[in-house]
Amino acid sequence: MAGPRYPGFDTLALHAGQQPDPTTGARAVPIFQSTSFVFRDTDHAAALFNMERAGHVYSRISNPTVAVLEERMAALEGGVAGLATASGQAALHLGLATIAGAGCHVVASRSLYGGSHNLLHYTLRRFGIHTTFVNPRDLDAWRAAICPNTRVLYAETLGNPGLDVLDVPAVAEIAHAARLPLFLDCTFTTPWLMRPLDLGADLLMHSATKFLGGHGVAIGGVLVDGGRFDWEASGRFPELTEPYDGFHGMDFQEESTVAAFSLRARREGLRDFGACMAPATAFQILQGIETLGVRMERHVSNTRKVVEFLASNPAVASVSYPELPSHPDHALAKRLLPRGCGAVFTFEIRGGRPAGRKLIETLKVFSHLANVGDAKSLVIHPASTTHFRMDDDALRAAGIGPGTIRLSVGLEDPQDLMDDLSGALRASQKA
Amino acid sequence: MELNVNGAAVYAYSGGKTFDAALPCVVFVHGAENDHSVWVLQSRYLAHHGFGVLALDLPGHGRSGGAPLASVEAIADWIPAVLDAAGVKAAALVGHSMGSLVAIECAARHPARVAKIALLGSAFPMKVSDELLTATRDDEPRAQDMVNIWSHAAIAHYPSNPGPGFWVMGEGLRLMQRQKPGVMHVDFAACNAYANGEAAAKEVKCPALMILGRRDVMTPPRAAKAIAAALPAVRTVEIAGSGHALMAEKPDEVLDSLRAFL
Repeated sequence: MAGPRYPGFDTLALHAGQQPDPTTGARAVPIFQSTSFVFRDTDHAAALFNMERAGHVYSRISNPTVAVLEERMAALEGGVAGLATASGQAALHLGLATIAGAGCHVVASRSLYGGSHNLLHYTLRRFGIHTTFVNPRDLDAWRAAICPNTRVLYAETLGNPGLDVLDVPAVAEIAHAARLPLFLDCTFTTPWLMRPLDLGADLLMHSATKFLGGHGVAIGGVLVDGGRFDWEASGRFPELTEPYDGFHGMDFQEESTVAAFSLRARREGLRDFGACMAPATAFQILQGIETLGVRMERHVSNTRKVVEFLASNPAVASVSYPELPSHPDHALAKRLLPRGCGAVFTFEIRGGRPAGRKLIETLKVFSHLANVGDAKSLVIHPASTTHFRMDDDALRAAGIGPGTIRLSVGLEDPQDLMDDLSGALRASQKA
Repeated sequence: MELNVNGAAVYAYSGGKTFDAALPCVVFVHGAENDHSVWVLQSRYLAHHGFGVLALDLPGHGRSGGAPLASVEAIADWIPAVLDAAGVKAAALVGHSMGSLVAIECAARHPARVAKIALLGSAFPMKVSDELLTATRDDEPRAQDMVNIWSHAAIAHYPSNPGPGFWVMGEGLRLMQRQKPGVMHVDFAACNAYANGEAAAKEVKCPALMILGRRDVMTPPRAAKAIAAALPAVRTVEIAGSGHALMAEKPDEVLDSLRAFL
């Protein structure tokens, strides 16, 4: 039966949250490079401060350019609100700090980006928030780690470094059975490859620095509120369901049945921690999002070609990519990631550290740097860079081999990428 | 705040202030498959500007217990019981969509209890297409999508609701998903069956305001003409660029119109 339908992904990526500027007619999103915004009169000012009217006061709390990015990401993810932050790390911190404080506990996947692990394991512990790390594939471990003071379950949709595919529906069910939300880092998948809210997740974050921007020119993060989790029924979140002295006694759940989390995150977290996004950064990230669907399609098709090439190269011992039958999450990936498993993966080069070093030094098209999700192809050899102090045993404990190479496949002509890798692999075997 | 209405617990948002029955009272009545939070900005503003505000969760909706009332007339007869519970003699009724029909019917039936009525996104008859009505009974998710898509005129709102960064269409859908199964069909069937709108409008003695969205495809302005013609004292405001979800799509314009009227 035909009926009305929502705009599709690419249309939302171009239009959600923005109309031609009502004052100037500008079609592109204008950069509102202004710290603050003039009140119409004193009553208007008071109403804005007291959340009786909607509008912008000060760009740490909200900004018209940044709001377009926030609303666009909420639309692409199918949530109720977005909050843009200074970095992906700031988005993770804002998400956790909004619903957890001293004495609270987090259950997190052990397959996390190193920065997230640092924040959870070392820094938040200093502030009284403790984390238990679990094997993301072990559903019993998730269940067993939940304590009376647990506030949230946290994981990556595609985990670092082995691309563990999170069984989002199963982990969400475990979280919800304990009346807890599931919070996911979706940086590697973007909403084009997976919409985790549709699979049961409740809160999402992105490092917008990566595929959302795609150009590698801006650091930023985005937090998305799914709007489905019932904080009141959970009974574990007085921050959202009881009057908050820091904002006129506001009970955020009373104010908004579906967006209490976002209200508190903005009215407390952005206001007080202050890790907001600059309007020029929001503009740059938005330029990337406009073509996200087109780029992700190309990222995935290039990655598939490079994976196939590497899998048959004699200098390569193994390739870890969930679309390969050898990957432990192959079946899950087919179910949850039908459009592809992203453009970041690892492979093991024969010859260990010396071969890895030689490969890196020989590559010409791939850039050797510590980032992923750029339009340009990137490479890093953890054993000789980020983890160079570790011996082979310590590396293995971290899930990394001496010959592990991580690639982030970009948008170049795929034949050039394969030629580049072919030459460097040949050279590596003479190291 | 929680009210005890005929022995049942009823939730009313009082705009972030303690309700004071001595102040001029404004009662907000939401539409089908919604709750008090659709009025968040308008109700909060008025509560901080000299009014006693009760933004209701109708029975069976949001935080209010019980089953949803099955007809516009039944809800209209329930409103005076709410006023009794709150210690209010008479109030201005502000209703959206189904709530606007309730406001008309209540003003006609209980003239001493209703000082003014403001009707947002109103129409009479408020006929629901067979396809939608059937979907509300047999396939709520599909019905919710239909209503959500038809209720919004745009996919960008300045400065959004309840503030920048909030995705209005996403909030609209989630709010419907929060209501209990079965509520949607009761509400839409009540709108569809209501036959007394024109007659009731003729009986209304108090001042009336109609706020209509010029791009509303659920209750287009032309469908409100019969009601407007029947009301003895009515002013009509059409808001450019707004669909049916007026309070979320054009919160300032709605508030300014209400403020001038109340």
